Amino acid sequence: MAARARFAFTVLAFGYAFLYLPIALVIVYSFNDSRLVTVWAGFSTKWWSALFANEAMLSAAWLSLRIAFVSATAAALIGLAAGYALARAPRFPGRTLFGSLVIAPMVMPEIVMGIAMLLLFVGSDSLLGGPQRGFLTIVIAHTTFAIAFVAVVVQARLADFDRSLEEAAMDLGATPWTAFLTVTLPMIAPAVASGWLLAFTLSLDDLVLTQFVAGAQSQTLPMQVYSSVRLGVDPQINALATLIVIVAVLALTTSGWLTRRRI
Amino acid sequence: MTAAAIVTLTGLAKRFGSVTAVERVDLEIRRGELFALLGGSGCGKTTLLRMIAGFETPDQGRILIDGQDMTGVPPHRRPVNMMFQSYALFPHMDVAANVGYGLRRDGLPAPEIARRVGEALKQVRLGDLGERRPAQLSGGQRQRVALARALVKRPKLLLLDEPLAALDRKLREATRFELVRLQEELGLTFVMVTHDQEEAMSMASRLAVMDKGRIEQVGPPHEVYERPASRFVADFIGIANILPLDGGRAWLALRPEKIALFAARPDTDHAEQGRIVDIAYEGDRSLYRVGLLDGSLLQVSTANTARIAAAFRRGDDVWLGWAADAGHRLDK
Repeated sequence: MAARARFAFTVLAFGYAFLYLPIALVIVYSFNDSRLVTVWAGFSTKWWSALFANEAMLSAAWLSLRIAFVSATAAALIGLAAGYALARAPRFPGRTLFGSLVIAPMVMPEIVMGIAMLLLFVGSDSLLGGPQRGFLTIVIAHTTFAIAFVAVVVQARLADFDRSLEEAAMDLGATPWTAFLTVTLPMIAPAVASGWLLAFTLSLDDLVLTQFVAGAQSQTLPMQVYSSVRLGVDPQINALATLIVIVAVLALTTSGWLTRRRI
Repeated sequence: MTAAAIVTLTGLAKRFGSVTAVERVDLEIRRGELFALLGGSGCGKTTLLRMIAGFETPDQGRILIDGQDMTGVPPHRRPVNMMFQSYALFPHMDVAANVGYGLRRDGLPAPEIARRVGEALKQVRLGDLGERRPAQLSGGQRQRVALARALVKRPKLLLLDEPLAALDRKLREATRFELVRLQEELGLTFVMVTHDQEEAMSMASRLAVMDKGRIEQVGPPHEVYERPASRFVADFIGIANILPLDGGRAWLALRPEKIALFAARPDTDHAEQGRIVDIAYEGDRSLYRVGLLDGSLLQVSTANTARIAAAFRRGDDVWLGWAADAGHRLDK
């Protein structure tokens, strides 16, 4: 028994090391005094100070946060509607197809999405004269693929939702819309919030799709990181990566906690 | 239509896909009565109730509530409230907010809502639990919150879907009297769906026995018990011995308690000889299964009024006797 437990722990340790050792190294080396990423030369916070003085990096981060906030909010609203429709609409012809279409962006290669989005925006630019590629087009692209994640979370929550609660609300005089606002929405709010955080995280670190639809003026954080890495890695990047890891971990744990919590 | 009818259903029918849930039901429910829809699962009783509440739209027929055609009216505009089998309490609201939900939808002023919520909670004896969440209540307390929430709007008609099914046996019996007391005190019309014949018999002023989407019989409990309209009703309500008459074209429904056991041939209107096959001792009474000479089985029940060992034992040869008017003739 003890031997088996020791074996299990060893396997587990290797698994986690494989997953998280690189990230741990990134965090540790963000406090490295040396300019060389691979050589440890003592503790220092100078790369962190450099990062917070780096205008280009900061404005890219600010742009990314704004895009993530707007697209996550849009995706949460549309995904809520889609998830509700999927869970609640009576059987209609093509319902299965509709369901698959909503979640397709989760498995569709980003390259394909990127090309499709680019073609759409080029087309609308020549036909309608807009939108200009930049903030708005990135938001639209991110919203499109984040909807799927919100819809799936909302639909799963509604699947085990007691429908007689909504019926009771209507029986007591609530219109269907009031019943939704006062009973359904408060109860599935944790799932919607969890979907929002998921969408926020996905938007924050997206590179492939963003590169297709971003204009020349708009550099998101992942794009900025990618281009600065090509010029040579600087431990500032380690500090930045550490920040991104912290934000992502916070968002995902909050999201998981909200999903598990039941009122 | 009589003046006393609060609900009139005419030719009501509903099917789900290829399944017929309710088939051409005509029914009148009178003002101020406690009416029970009784039947096994899948008989259509819940669908009928849900059509009165407005959650299902009938394929055919009309629903009149208090003289007004409500057939296509959505649930939130019907003068009817329902107590759900699952109680359907809102878990994110406390008891007072649950009970006050319907009054808030009507836009009543806050002090009026508070007063009526307090009143309703007192009526169901939950006066001091207004700040609890449904999750902090016992099953019986939840049932009473659901009742208060449905009563607080003073509906013309209160619908109850299996109101006692989720309670344990002791509480169920106490709650039966409680519901009847409330119904009489408030002078409301209750329509209750139940699969439990004892519940329907003991509570209802009239009941409808349903089978396969149709109403088999409507009447007061004693009439349905003593004068069943069909073999289905006779068999569904209580225990009945069903004996063929006129060469199988009609039947006689004979209740076990209407038959007496004798050691020797009695001088009753009818007498049959048989042997006791089985005895089920139930404390207050015993149920005997007696095999007759022609091979058929009759069930006989006797009240155990004396604290002595049973007079008859398994295998004893006995005589069965009953009066000429003990049974009820069935034509279907």
